Amino acid sequence: MKITVNVWRQKNADAKGEMVGYHLDDVSEDMSFLEMLDVLNEQLTLAGEEPVAFDHDCREGICGSCGVVINGIAHGPEVTTTCQLHMRSFKDGDVIDIEPWRAGAFPIVKDLVVDRGAFDRIIQAGGYISVNTGSAPEANNLPVPKEDADHAFAAATCIGCGACVAACPNGSAMLFTAAKVTHLGLLPQGQPERESRVASMVAQHDAEGFGSCTNIGECTAACPKGIPLDVISRLNRDLLGALAAGQA
Amino acid sequence: MSDTYTPTGAAEQFIEHGEDIHDTKAPSGPIERRWEQRQFDAKLVNAANRRKIKIIVVGTGLAGASAAATLGEAGYHVTSFCYQDSPRRAHSIAAQGGINAAKNYRNDGDSVYRLFYDTVKGGDFRSRESNSYRLAQVSVNIIDQCVAQGVPFAREYGGLLDNRSFGGVQVSRTFYARGQTGQQLLIGAYQALERQVAAGTVEVHTRHEMLDLVMVDGKARGVIVRDMVTGEIESHTADAVVLASGGYGNVYFLSTNAMGCNVTATWRAHRRGAYFGNPCYTQIHPTCIPVSGDYQSKLTLMSESLRNDGRIWVPKKAGDDRHPRDIPEDERDYYLERIYPAFGNLVPRDIASRAAKYQCDDGKGVGPGGLGVYLDFADAIERMGRPAVEAKYGNLFDMYARITGEDPYTEPMRIYPAVHYVMGGLWVDYDLQSNLEGLFVTGEANFSDQGANRLGASALMQGLADGYFVLPTTIANYLAAGPFEPVPEDHPAVLEARQAVEERIQKLLAVDGNRTVDSYHKELGHIMWEYCGMERTEEGLTKAIGLIRELRDDFWKNVKVTGEAEELNQTLERAGRVVDFFELGELMCIDALNREESCGGHFRAESQTEDGEALRHDDRFAYVAAWEFGGEKPILHKEPLEYEYVEMKARSYK
Repeated sequence: MKITVNVWRQKNADAKGEMVGYHLDDVSEDMSFLEMLDVLNEQLTLAGEEPVAFDHDCREGICGSCGVVINGIAHGPEVTTTCQLHMRSFKDGDVIDIEPWRAGAFPIVKDLVVDRGAFDRIIQAGGYISVNTGSAPEANNLPVPKEDADHAFAAATCIGCGACVAACPNGSAMLFTAAKVTHLGLLPQGQPERESRVASMVAQHDAEGFGSCTNIGECTAACPKGIPLDVISRLNRDLLGALAAGQA
Repeated sequence: MSDTYTPTGAAEQFIEHGEDIHDTKAPSGPIERRWEQRQFDAKLVNAANRRKIKIIVVGTGLAGASAAATLGEAGYHVTSFCYQDSPRRAHSIAAQGGINAAKNYRNDGDSVYRLFYDTVKGGDFRSRESNSYRLAQVSVNIIDQCVAQGVPFAREYGGLLDNRSFGGVQVSRTFYARGQTGQQLLIGAYQALERQVAAGTVEVHTRHEMLDLVMVDGKARGVIVRDMVTGEIESHTADAVVLASGGYGNVYFLSTNAMGCNVTATWRAHRRGAYFGNPCYTQIHPTCIPVSGDYQSKLTLMSESLRNDGRIWVPKKAGDDRHPRDIPEDERDYYLERIYPAFGNLVPRDIASRAAKYQCDDGKGVGPGGLGVYLDFADAIERMGRPAVEAKYGNLFDMYARITGEDPYTEPMRIYPAVHYVMGGLWVDYDLQSNLEGLFVTGEANFSDQGANRLGASALMQGLADGYFVLPTTIANYLAAGPFEPVPEDHPAVLEARQAVEERIQKLLAVDGNRTVDSYHKELGHIMWEYCGMERTEEGLTKAIGLIRELRDDFWKNVKVTGEAEELNQTLERAGRVVDFFELGELMCIDALNREESCGGHFRAESQTEDGEALRHDDRFAYVAAWEFGGEKPILHKEPLEYEYVEMKARSYK
């Protein structure tokens, strides 16, 4: 099929960007969205133009590297990562707008590539259990109810792609932050640091310039891993507990 | 093993011979005491000195993140590099199945000794007994550590950890977190790493790629990296360097590896003198989604568990292009069930892969290009009912449907083998130190523990064993002599390495030809897959060496690398990696040509039993091939393998 793409081109962080249109004449519906961009880049290279820069790595939906806004929707029309989206979701003659994640806390590096370093810094603020290598007790000394373990797992499947931020009208990273707070807060191992963790992670979230959460729910709708909105309720409850304890 | 064996020595024209390696630093004595002995003998570094010692760790997958975090906790000053935009994205994250540990929670007869035995046998007697035993010993500590970090492993209703059987072994020793075990383990290691970043012991440089190793007075003392955002070339020096940069499956272009996985860090160390061990040992996974067109960029693995209930078949008649549902039962060949009645569809990975290739070579393959076989669930759906199949395999069926656009509930899946893992890597001793002093190598980047074939759920185990437990002990023995004399930024060795990197980049940009980097990478991948893939022959390998050399020459005349050096330039990044893949590919072919036997993932057509099974030649090839970079010809050093505990036997699955 024939496709037209309008792609955000921006030479570097300081340059002014613009949407540029390109035509592709022979797109197979079995191509992944990123393979369509590969084909475009081969075409551009042979024409002596600069290929489009975009982040991607595993191309199987788990590393969280890829992610662009497609026709205004983070990761595009299906609920999946950009790499798992296929061209059969589009039809001959379609015009597709491709933009980077739009959020103040994710500055553009080049074209479709953004800097998501803020996510790492939120984890640094407390998204872990303080246990040094070698000091762990025997694993089965600490039973964890299966239901808690399963819920913790569901929250822990977050891939840190940033679609939640891109989808949120406030540019909030609360779903990302809350997924980690929930993962660790549901486990007995995570209890000793539960209050200090939520307080410092939320403080870092705000310091990075992410917006506040107003419970709109666009984040969970765009999340390729289906992280549920109730993780944010859990974060809020833990935050209240931390406030009451004078931790926040 | 066979008296019909007549070696041809076809590799001799391409190689030179060096001295054998006899000391791997493993202690002697009873195998169960060796690691404890090494720990006791290893020198310690006092806490006050650790602060003054700098360690560079390249890569943030399981082996790199666990090492960097643990060394940071110990008080060393660690500098960590990854090419991704966050350490959490390293490709360990994509591992599905699980991680083995000899906990014997199931009381089903498992033990450290049994895991050790299975690993040595699974590796087809081409791994070291001492290393494999240590791996099995340490495996139990890994699970404790990960649980304490909050890794949400699957649990039973009583709240204790669940296990499953995996990869054809008879005990249930695999710990798992649904189909995302690698993700959960990596997030655990990543969180431990970020905790150390917050503590100030570890500095992480994301979007930085190592392009050379700095050797000073025979010791590894630093790396040259490129900041992939600004293009700036930076030099970093330290007291020791750890490479945890993963495997090189992308030499085949198409593999289950992430797009960025590459050999550059280890290859550049090889060019600086580090031996490369067993480069030809690759693992090809039988159940991947087949290629759909020339634009294909990577292959996706489907869990091996599908073979428990799916039946593999091809049409009996070559070129039969009817819809699979229109092909009657008696015109189908369930070839695995026919050839291997005892194991049927559950034969080991290498056998299942090769059998699929033979069917396709005979023109019976299905789907685009005839490169696929059917994996059919019609019988399973009839026997178990669709809801039961959905419950067991639903997520895999969904993934298949998303990628192919076909519904596996109503028509059979198409599968084909794909490159998945490499057992080869930089040669290391028992301490995980390469032959270069101060250069340590962990995880898939080293060659050490898996022999010629890796068992399922053992890669995650090795990465974490190396990073959490083995390296932190053994590297201390080396660093006890430090801190070493600091290496200034303007030291001649640093300047020379830096200049070499800069010149290589300029050379790539200067070619300005008319062919894209990817087109070369794809062509190299075709050559490797065709001649150094599932089945290798003397004729094919010799031909491949010539083809790779021609292609490499053509690359340097006609490649087109757009853009500039001083900016984010993904084409330039890929070009640099392909340059190293050319050289690695040639060495893989030479290693495969030299190894005139079949073992594990390496199958030489000339060396098979009457039944078509792999035939080892222990009298001549029970050694590790450690290759020294020799410019024109690589130099072969043999490390003899001795088996004191496990008797060397041939595999049989009939």
